[in-house]
Amino acid sequence: MTRFAATFAKPRPALVTFITAGDGDTAANLDALVAGGADVIELGMPFTDPMADGPAIQAANLRSLAKGTTTADTFAMAAAFRKRHPDTPLVLMGYANPMTIRGADWFAAECAKAGVDGVICVDIPSEEDAEIGPALRAAGVDLIRLATPTTDAARLPDVLNGAGGFLYYVSVAGITGLQQAAQASIEDAVARLKAATDLPVAVGFGVRTPEQAAQIAKVADGVVVGSAFIDIIAEHGDAAAPHVEAFTRTLADAIHGAKEIAA
Amino acid sequence: MTDLPNSFRTGPDERGHFGQFGGRYVAETLMPLILDLERHYRAAQADPAFKAEFDYLLKHYVGRPSPLWFAERLTDHLGGAKIYLKREDLNHTGAHKINNCIGQILLAKRMGKTKIIAETGAGQHGVATATVAALFGLPCTIFMGAVDVARQQPNVFRMKLLGAEVVAVESGAKTLKDAMNEALRHWVANVHDTFYIIGTVAGPHPYPELVRDFQSVIGDEAKAQILEAEGRLPDMLIAPVGGGSNAIGLFHPFLDDESVEIVGVEAAGEGLDGKHAASLAGGRPGILHGNKTYLLQDEDGQITEAHSISAGLDYPGIGPEHSWLHEIGRVRYEPVTDAEALASFQKLTKLEGIIPALESAHAIAAAERIAPTLGKDKVMIVNCSGRGDKDIFTVADALGVEL
Ligand SMILES: Cc1ncc(COP(=O)(O)O)c(C=O)c1O
Repeated sequence: MTRFAATFAKPRPALVTFITAGDGDTAANLDALVAGGADVIELGMPFTDPMADGPAIQAANLRSLAKGTTTADTFAMAAAFRKRHPDTPLVLMGYANPMTIRGADWFAAECAKAGVDGVICVDIPSEEDAEIGPALRAAGVDLIRLATPTTDAARLPDVLNGAGGFLYYVSVAGITGLQQAAQASIEDAVARLKAATDLPVAVGFGVRTPEQAAQIAKVADGVVVGSAFIDIIAEHGDAAAPHVEAFTRTLADAIHGAKEIAA
Repeated sequence: MTDLPNSFRTGPDERGHFGQFGGRYVAETLMPLILDLERHYRAAQADPAFKAEFDYLLKHYVGRPSPLWFAERLTDHLGGAKIYLKREDLNHTGAHKINNCIGQILLAKRMGKTKIIAETGAGQHGVATATVAALFGLPCTIFMGAVDVARQQPNVFRMKLLGAEVVAVESGAKTLKDAMNEALRHWVANVHDTFYIIGTVAGPHPYPELVRDFQSVIGDEAKAQILEAEGRLPDMLIAPVGGGSNAIGLFHPFLDDESVEIVGVEAAGEGLDGKHAASLAGGRPGILHGNKTYLLQDEDGQITEAHSISAGLDYPGIGPEHSWLHEIGRVRYEPVTDAEALASFQKLTKLEGIIPALESAHAIAAAERIAPTLGKDKVMIVNCSGRGDKDIFTVADALGVEL
């Protein structure tokens, strides 16, 4: 069983957390996420031009790059994480150019070597799958696709074709870190997606509080929280880990119990 | 070079690729929208009323056709090929940018979009967009890097007079590429009612194709004009390349005319060893802003800052069709430095009474380099893509003159 399958087989919704590699003390923060109860880790690969991100994650990218974080550093952080945490699924999330600049085969092989389970590439839609999809699948790394409020029924099969790991539902048409979508629209969308795929569906963008997360966890298989962690790291710098762990725990408690409360 | 196509004018393919370049590298949120844009563009292409309205506005509002001026004094001074200038500087708003803006706002209207956004570097495309938005009575927001806002105050004020809101972009390096990032971010969040008028032949398909088509009026006119003036095709075309819209507009109608040599001019800034904006000479293929093309970047694929004295050429990428024309060898791309462009800016002004945009001065500099090596029986057309009034402060500063 893959790490994704084992995680989503648990009888409770998953907490999926995002932080940017090289922003703050990444190793300590990753450990804090796991200790606090995160089920899936998304590690952002910093990029100079994060077009789909709001101000918080943009700033995290620039802080990381200003410290000199390289792609080799990101893979080293991933590999070290895998050694410390053999069971927690790890996803690299980022933009096409850093992922493909040395060739998709190189990138896929590095992912496999580092123990990365899945990749989210923001600016490679299914139309351009050839750019990275075949290489990842051949290396046994899942390509996690995004569905959005603008993904209509006609496109959805294309989006799902070649997708692996889980399906990431971007709940707002917009960038990261903005307002949350209405609960009703999330429920409709998740139902629509789950009717179309057996993949677990995780919902993200704009989720900042345990209350919001619990609401979404009633209907989704996972809830993604990113900018709220980035804000904590921006505030506390290299000493953020205890704060990260405490916040993770409040989210995990809210999400893991959500379906029982609902039942 | 194997496998040369029968025609250089059939691209892009149905997926928006010119060879390995171009494509649609956008977030899923935008994908349905650019597919929709493509459908509407195909319908517009097939609709004679669309073309009629475009032509009407170009003639009566923009002032086309723009003249093809025989630059006799410059020609005599250089002692080689005959130099003709395609006078895009005489268009309304002072550059070629308006041609594309007219086309795109007509598309926006067809699509029922009620808000307009655009990115701008120097402010030329921003002014042209704000102008057509005023003409059509649509609210308009222009994204401009905070650094550019500070150094292009006259254009910022022009845009505001035209009724546009100018957003100073504080992210990244606060210049053109960051303005484009911010415009894309705004668009993602407002796809239902907003049309993004991209200012050059870059971005996701179908933008590079439709911007090229709207700008091809430059080359179509130039061809008819040179046939009338000289009774034959030119031997060479020269145009400056930022994203590449004025250049492809001049080049495209001539791509299949084998006898016509074609030269695009990249901004070499302080020189190719220093800070520059020459994506083809100093970059390599990568993915940014929705397309695959040559980019200035480091070995990890991080985009590096461009530099040119000309804000309109100060971009770390280039349109994908130019990357393709470069790779197959149909167009030759040459670098011109800040210093060379500054010298040509002054020379053209003194010899012809035409103050060119600093962007255009790059093409003039290449012409100065090449014309003397060609016989007097040769003919070249140089794209004077814009007028230089916007640049007088920059030039004065570079020359150490206080205004
Ligand atoms: C007068 C002029 N020429 C050239 C350019 C470069 O753009 P492009 O390469 O798209 O023609 C600009 C851009 O601002 C411009 O204002």
